[in-house]
Amino acid sequence: MKILVLIGNVPDTTTKIKFNADQTGIDTAGVQWIINPWDEFALTRAMELKEAYAGAISSVVVANVGSSQTEPTLRKALAVGADKAIRIDAEAKDAFFVATQLAQIAGEYELILAGIEASDYNGSAVGGMLAELLDRSSVSAVTGLDLKDDKLLVTREIDGGNQHLLCTTPLLAIVQKGIAKEVRIPAMRGIMMARTKPLEVIAPVESSYATSIQKLELPPTKAACKMVAEDNVKELVRLLKEEAKVL
Amino acid sequence: MSILIYTENWDGKFKKVSFELASYAAALAEQTGKQAIAVSLGEVENSELEKLGQYGIGKIVTAQDKRFATLDNKAITKAIAAAAKQVQAEVIILSHDNLGKAIAPRLAIRCNAGLVTAVTGLPESLNPFIVHKNVFTGKAIAHIKIEKEVKVLTLAYNSFGLNEKHSSVEITSFDPDLTDSDFSMEVLDTTKVTGKVLLNEADIVVSGGRGMKSADNWYLIEELAEELGAATACSRPVSDEGWRPHDEHVGQTGKIISPNLYFAFGISGAIQHLGGVSSSKVIVAVNKDPEAPIFEAADYGITGDALKVLPELIQAVKDTKNQ
Repeated sequence: MKILVLIGNVPDTTTKIKFNADQTGIDTAGVQWIINPWDEFALTRAMELKEAYAGAISSVVVANVGSSQTEPTLRKALAVGADKAIRIDAEAKDAFFVATQLAQIAGEYELILAGIEASDYNGSAVGGMLAELLDRSSVSAVTGLDLKDDKLLVTREIDGGNQHLLCTTPLLAIVQKGIAKEVRIPAMRGIMMARTKPLEVIAPVESSYATSIQKLELPPTKAACKMVAEDNVKELVRLLKEEAKVL
Repeated sequence: MSILIYTENWDGKFKKVSFELASYAAALAEQTGKQAIAVSLGEVENSELEKLGQYGIGKIVTAQDKRFATLDNKAITKAIAAAAKQVQAEVIILSHDNLGKAIAPRLAIRCNAGLVTAVTGLPESLNPFIVHKNVFTGKAIAHIKIEKEVKVLTLAYNSFGLNEKHSSVEITSFDPDLTDSDFSMEVLDTTKVTGKVLLNEADIVVSGGRGMKSADNWYLIEELAEELGAATACSRPVSDEGWRPHDEHVGQTGKIISPNLYFAFGISGAIQHLGGVSSSKVIVAVNKDPEAPIFEAADYGITGDALKVLPELIQAVKDTKNQ
């Protein structure tokens, strides 16, 4: 079985967001880029599975749609243990565009893993779109994934509970927190090895986009916090009841 | 042309999110001069379906097929697309919950539609069609234009609210034309959370961080939650330590919630945590450190030890109830 993990290149989660001149994107000056945290969970689980079932899983490949500036993020994925990286050389315009690009390479992988969300535009869209483009089954909000004979044992969170499923391949699993143990920090040996691992660059296919950002703005600023004395908890309850009207 | 919502049911019952979707669709229908229609999949009785009429839904198309209970993403997508075609839906809206998030992107491809997830209000413009949502996990708001004829949206929780508007309901069934091969997953077992308020749906959430000191002190969080009919949550270090399960973690990589009232006990308010809770309507913070960043996001605050404040707060809430 070959596993493909979709990798988003996003600003570090502590980044203070500044906008570009026409306010349709962010000012990338000084931004540290990381593997999208949910994609990192997916990659970690893929590595855990490969270690546990070396015979059954032949390779873990990571893929991304982006310019050459996203390559350090792909190299990090290789340093964590992926065997090969694929970069489709295009600016990621929107989820539809990205999914269309990934569809040209993803079909041959029996198992595709995607993170449930990206920490930049919080779209939760590429994985599901890719599954529909490939006309394959998908499961989302996955918190557990294991091999069982030639099938996959999947745990997913549903709205108000959890479910265990038995799925056949080909499958696209959209994963969330809980799927993997601790995310891995690349060791020096991994970083050295990553330098010589293949990073294939592929030309994009002709595609359009379905959405465009008109404007970004900062959220409205909050009024100052109203402080209540530690020994006057009753007053807090009164404020929540009478002023905020939320109790 | 119409506005179509997908109303999920849970053992044949709708949840609050379905009525919020109905309220949103009714308002959008009024704005656009179109009809608000719901599609319901699986076994739901007419008396339950009719409840959607209290929130402005005029028509319901339903496929009473129990196979939908397996929540097969591919089959549900096909069925909603079939309903959308039948009612000539121009805008299709789902809830931004686990199922809605799973289905909406598939549906957008199948209907050749443009997708925006987790929108937080009605479109600010219809032509061009522009909606807004939180991005960079609450650090910015994006105004996004959909370039396609058909639009698929998911609505962020508690972002629109309920709006009663009585409407008479016409219920018709439709055939989504699915075969057994469209349902490919085998459900081994389902565990349902019972007797507990669900985190995503809760009006009030009581949350604890490292300042709670240990898992043994969580009975205080639980007791306050019970008094308030609230859900319980925690910060990331707490779930990483194993004091609480991962599904209670709110924050950037956990759940993103927007209750009416959020209590943060002993949570310092790292930027990743705030990303998950900043769209709460009212935030109350209790923390020993007066400089903790949580106070910048909070509406009400107490500088103090969460373990001392909690018992007093529980008592104060009980007293108010008895008044």
